[in-house]
Parts: sequence; C-alpha cells; structure tokens
Amino acid sequence: MAAKTLTIDGHLVSARPGETLLEAIREAGITIPTLCHLDGLSDVGACRLCLVEIEGQRRLQPACMTMVSEGMVVHTNTPRLQAYRRQIIELLFAERNHVCSVCVASGHCELQRLAGMVGMDHVRYEYLSPDCPVDISHMRFGIDHNRCVLCTRCVRACDEIEGVHTWDVAGRGVDARVITDMNQPWGTSTTCTSCGKCQLACPTGAIFPRGVTVGERPLASERIALIVEARKQRW
Amino acid sequence: MSRLRIATIWLGGCSGCHMSLLDLDEWLIELATRADLVYSPIADAKRFPPDVDLTLIEGAIANDEHLELAHTARRHSKIIVSFGDCAVTGNVTALRNPLGPAQNVLQQVYIEHGDPGGVIPHDPGIVPVLLDKVVPVHHVIPVDYYLPGCPPSAPRIRALLEALIEGREPAADIRYG
Repeated sequence: MAAKTLTIDGHLVSARPGETLLEAIREAGITIPTLCHLDGLSDVGACRLCLVEIEGQRRLQPACMTMVSEGMVVHTNTPRLQAYRRQIIELLFAERNHVCSVCVASGHCELQRLAGMVGMDHVRYEYLSPDCPVDISHMRFGIDHNRCVLCTRCVRACDEIEGVHTWDVAGRGVDARVITDMNQPWGTSTTCTSCGKCQLACPTGAIFPRGVTVGERPLASERIALIVEARKQRW
Repeated sequence: MSRLRIATIWLGGCSGCHMSLLDLDEWLIELATRADLVYSPIADAKRFPPDVDLTLIEGAIANDEHLELAHTARRHSKIIVSFGDCAVTGNVTALRNPLGPAQNVLQQVYIEHGDPGGVIPHDPGIVPVLLDKVVPVHHVIPVDYYLPGCPPSAPRIRALLEALIEGREPAADIRYG
C-alpha cells in the first residue's frame, strides 16, 4: 500500500499505512508527552497527554489511538494542548499522594519528568489526599497505591507479555484501583508468576522491588519493548 | 541602586531549604553586598518588617502560626517565592493529610502510637494549633514564583535570586524531589 502523506506542525511527513499518529509524530522527530503508552504494549488512550489537534475535526484526538490518513493536518503543540497537558498532570498530582522526596522512583519517574516537561511549577487544584493502602504481601515486590496513576501499563504487561492477567482495575473514578486476582493481597495471588514485568512497566514508583529506598528504583520500562523484540527475533 | 530587602521564613518544613541556601557559600558574601537579610531564622529579627522586596517561604502551611506569618509576609513583601517542595506541594509535611483532621492525627501520634499515658498537647498561645489540612503556600496567599525541589540545590537558588535581583524573569526550573 502507498505511503500516507500528512502535515505535522507544518512539516510534510510520510507514514506507513496502519501506523499510529504517535509513531508518525515521533518519526518526524517531534516529542510529545505520553504516559500510558509504552513501546511493546497495546495502546489504550487512557492518559490523554498525547492529544493533538487535527484540522477539520472538532475534537482533540489521542495520537496513540489515531491512525494516520492521507492529507491529515496535525498540530501537536498549540497553546490549547499545552494548557490541557499541564492540567492533566496537575490533576494526577492532586488525585493521589505523590511525594517525590520519599519515593523509590525519584529521579527516574515519568510523572516527575512530565511535571517539568509541561511546566507544572505548582498544582492549582486542591489535593484530595486519599487514604491509600500499601501492599507488601508479595515476597519480591510491593505496590503503593499513593503513587499509582492508573495508566494500566502493569495490567497490559501482565496480560500481553507474561500472558497471566493477574492485574486488573476495580472501582470507578477516584476510587479506581489496580488489583491482583480477585482484589486480594498480592502475596496471596495464585496466578502471579513473580516475573516482575509489572514493575518494569510502571512509570512511577507505584510498583517497586522490595528493599529499595528513595531514588533507588531505576526506570527500566524500555525492557518491555526489548522482551517483545527478543521474542519476535527468537533471540 | 538601593539595597534590596530580602526575608526568608520557615513554616512547616525541615529547614533543609535554608540549609541549601547556606550552601551558597561565598556567593552569600556577594549577595550581602547587594541586599540586606531583614528577617529570617538565620537573622536576629523578632518581627516581620515592612517594605520587604523579596521573601522566600520554606515549608507548608500546617498550623495557625504559619497561616498568620504567611499573611504577614504577603502584606509586607513585593515578591513571594514558594521555596522548596513543602511550600510548593505540601510534600512531607502534608503526609499527615490522609489521616484526617488534626484531632485524628494528634490522637494517632500521641495516644495510639505514643508512650502509655500520653497526652495531646494543648497550650493555645504557646503551642501553635494544627490546621485540619496541611496546604501549600499558594492555597492561602498569592505566590509570585515557585522553586520546587527537596531541597532545591544551591545553584538553582542562586539562579532564581540572581534573576529576581536583576529584575529579570527567572528561567523555568521545575524539579520535584
């Protein structure tokens, strides 16, 4: 099939048919913020950070869930998008208890990096300060719901890469939580293989190896894509 | 050029941001040639003075004394900077918020996890009264600039101070934790 030609931020770009707009934007050398997207996993369009403006369409579209099409004219960094992206990050910080200074992921955290990227010098909303549990019933890993942004990368890594689906999401709105098996302590899960892919996929310090302290959990989420690639190539 | 009047205040925080300020070492001497430190935990001044050009606020708003001092600082300062993560987000000081209102927090700390026979301190006028929720500085007074960090490093403090002293807009510098 013929390549699609589209315009991204004023530049003519050609893309393969079936490619997502996010892939085309990245191939054009343009950086836009993402959070729920992780190379190697399917996309869900949950975080809304990669929203872009497409001329002729009234609504903003998530670049990760939009396929390229011929003649598309896309804007990735308008003042409106910048304002929404900052708002999204502020709301994430306001919804749970994100305290970088005591977090295992500090310095390697995608949420922390995004705050700088979108210019969040403070949060304009009231902090909800919910009472969130920390589950360290698993022998090797822990989950601190205070730091979870519900990106569902753990859910998808567990389901799509490990093929287990220990993780899922329960509850609605601000009460939504990632859960293991039938919403039971992680350590009692009968499906978990302790592979640690959820921990690799986690963009924040929500899922962490036990025994690490402030700033000690490096971000290694690119290993998910590496595993996928290795399986394709039968390394 | 007249000398700048600078103040720093220490609210609900660990004083780490002030330690980081002291970490500016010899640059503090240079700063002293251009500005006076008119009120600070590291200066001998009992009352927050009028006509302050620039006030750095370390710490979150956690009790009635913090609230009053923040309002006083705002009334008497041209520029207010939220200085460090506690001032900007609540940070560690706000970790108590999920425990609920002040009375619940005191009950947990002094009675449930305290020594046997512990009592909740209650000396209004002597011991500041805790607010029910710890909030960042900008939730109670308008703030002009934000310098997150736990603590912000000395070079980052210097970059902000230099810009403000020279009347320039400080470059965006956002790093939490």
